[in-house]
Amino acid sequence: MNRYPDDEQLLSIYRTMVTIREFEEAAGRMAEQAQIPGAVHLYAGQEAIAAGICTQLRQSDTITSNHRGHGHCIAKGGDVRLMFAELLGRASGYCRGKGGSMHIADLDIGILGANGIVGGGPPIAIGAAFAAQYNGSGGVSVCFSGDGSTNEGTWHEALNYAALFKLPAVFVVENNHYGEFTSQEGQGAISRLSNRAASYGILGVTVDGQDLLAVYDAAAEAIERARAGEGPTLLECDTYRFYNHTGRSERDPRPEEERAKWRERDPLKLLREKMEERSILSAEAADEITAEIQGQIEAAVAFAKEEPFPDPSELLTDVYS
Amino acid sequence: MASMNMVQAINSALDITMERDQNVLCLGEDVGYFGGVFRCTAGLQEKHGQHRVLDTPIAEAGIVAAAIGMGVNGLRPVAEIQFADYIYPAFDQIVSELARLRYRSSGEFYAPVTIRSPCGGGIRGGQTHSQSPEGIFTHVCGLKVVMPSNPYDAKGLLISAIEDDDPIIYFEPKRCYNGPFDGDPDKAAQSWNGHPKGEVPEVYYTIPIGEAAIVRPGSAVTVLTYGTMVHVAEAAIERSDIDAEQIDLRTLLPLDLEAVAESVQKTRRCVVVHEATRTGGYGAELVADVQEECFWHLEAPIQRVTGWDTPYPHAFEWDYFPGQDRIIAAMRCALEV
Repeated sequence: MNRYPDDEQLLSIYRTMVTIREFEEAAGRMAEQAQIPGAVHLYAGQEAIAAGICTQLRQSDTITSNHRGHGHCIAKGGDVRLMFAELLGRASGYCRGKGGSMHIADLDIGILGANGIVGGGPPIAIGAAFAAQYNGSGGVSVCFSGDGSTNEGTWHEALNYAALFKLPAVFVVENNHYGEFTSQEGQGAISRLSNRAASYGILGVTVDGQDLLAVYDAAAEAIERARAGEGPTLLECDTYRFYNHTGRSERDPRPEEERAKWRERDPLKLLREKMEERSILSAEAADEITAEIQGQIEAAVAFAKEEPFPDPSELLTDVYS
Repeated sequence: MASMNMVQAINSALDITMERDQNVLCLGEDVGYFGGVFRCTAGLQEKHGQHRVLDTPIAEAGIVAAAIGMGVNGLRPVAEIQFADYIYPAFDQIVSELARLRYRSSGEFYAPVTIRSPCGGGIRGGQTHSQSPEGIFTHVCGLKVVMPSNPYDAKGLLISAIEDDDPIIYFEPKRCYNGPFDGDPDKAAQSWNGHPKGEVPEVYYTIPIGEAAIVRPGSAVTVLTYGTMVHVAEAAIERSDIDAEQIDLRTLLPLDLEAVAESVQKTRRCVVVHEATRTGGYGAELVADVQEECFWHLEAPIQRVTGWDTPYPHAFEWDYFPGQDRIIAAMRCALEV
């Protein structure tokens, strides 16, 4: 049985995906102009994954994210104004400026944090799943990580734990085919990462991560199984990032034709075409949505730039309780 | 002689040792095809082959563990941990295995592993790309810990490290890869070009592990520094008109205590500077060593200038970073009594 979002949900998902894209375009531009301190890892190209999965989560469900975390935060309900404020190190940012791009977190909406350490998130997701199981909350823990993370020991420990304790977890592996600057093929002898599920006795699935409906369907089943106490799923989403490991412009080792090929498979474009085909969204309406969201992003950037920096006295706070 | 920045000097050291000794090889994340995120291994895979410059999975424990196995079996691996902040998954392999091989086998075997890793802040890297964890490793007996501050030393020390039969953690202060950084973020970036320590022989040479260098002779106070702080302290001393004697430790373990003690016994005052957090830091060890060796010579309490005891913050980079003003204040404090 395939599970599809209804038209209204689909529109909402589309808006989320546009928001992520526009956020990343703006963040990329700002990083290039050195307006953002430090590196940004852009999620553009992978939007269908975060949007298709998080739309099915409750606010109390939790996610762990990685260094490429902006999309996850937006899809889980993050406020782009506070995200930009965090990127710019402002007092109103999600971590009061202390975290930056790679560490955005908001427990109120179930974001346990982006993470600057590859493989840092998966074991934390297990703890969150264990807490949900222990409390009988029916909550689900979703772990977003990349293909590179599946070579870290922590990722394997996490899957084994989750399988052993039948935890309500979904391990989403966004296989964008590059761990930093080295190809996935250069880092592992298998290319279908969902095959790794077999080692832990759990279900492993691979879907086209550019196809929102495919992601939605597979995630629906994984989340249902988790909520029903049937244990974790490894969900590999085949995808590609439109930009380099960090930012937009530095030395990109990926072949030009490969990049061009994947650009054709832009998840936004694919969904937009599908929605137009089904008369859920007209071309004009889609353009209006883009323009409206571009306006929101511009306003969010303007907001963040006006926000004050935290007081230096805060440097020393919150190390201990 | 050629003008080199620290990246080029490190690259040259790797290239030369790989040429001289077929047992030397490099491994790490993105070190091969891509040439390293900071370009330290650029061109080496092309020149020396994929079998000698290995792109590894993102798996730090595995990188170090593989290097140990290689080292025990006659190879001389140079492992790169892409950022010092990524080293912790490998911590168990370093502490429980690498550092102890010689001792636990009563000298029968050992692993001559060099672990290179860029460290330190001032690059807007936030909490997971800015740390200075050297004090964690100087606490581990069996390791040697090195941190050069300039291209000339970087090359000579790295060649020594690779040729050394003991395991070495070789930290590279990444803020100084492209030029000496004096702690002033508003000033235009300096290049190594034209700096005396940016003049580097293209040929083989070594700088002994365990030997400090005097950056500036003086008589009023001894300032102990290493890594990026060498340049920050040098600028602070210049600005202050204090006749300080500044030492670049270069090797933290084993410490050149003789050079340190000789200086402090002469100046009778001492300031210790590092970027890393304060409590339990390497500076505490320095203070203890100095007071043991120089107690009856000291005229004033030894001062420490360090990072604050917090994770490395995104928003407060220059409040966190120990800048020139704090070093000047500490020197004045040491001179007051």
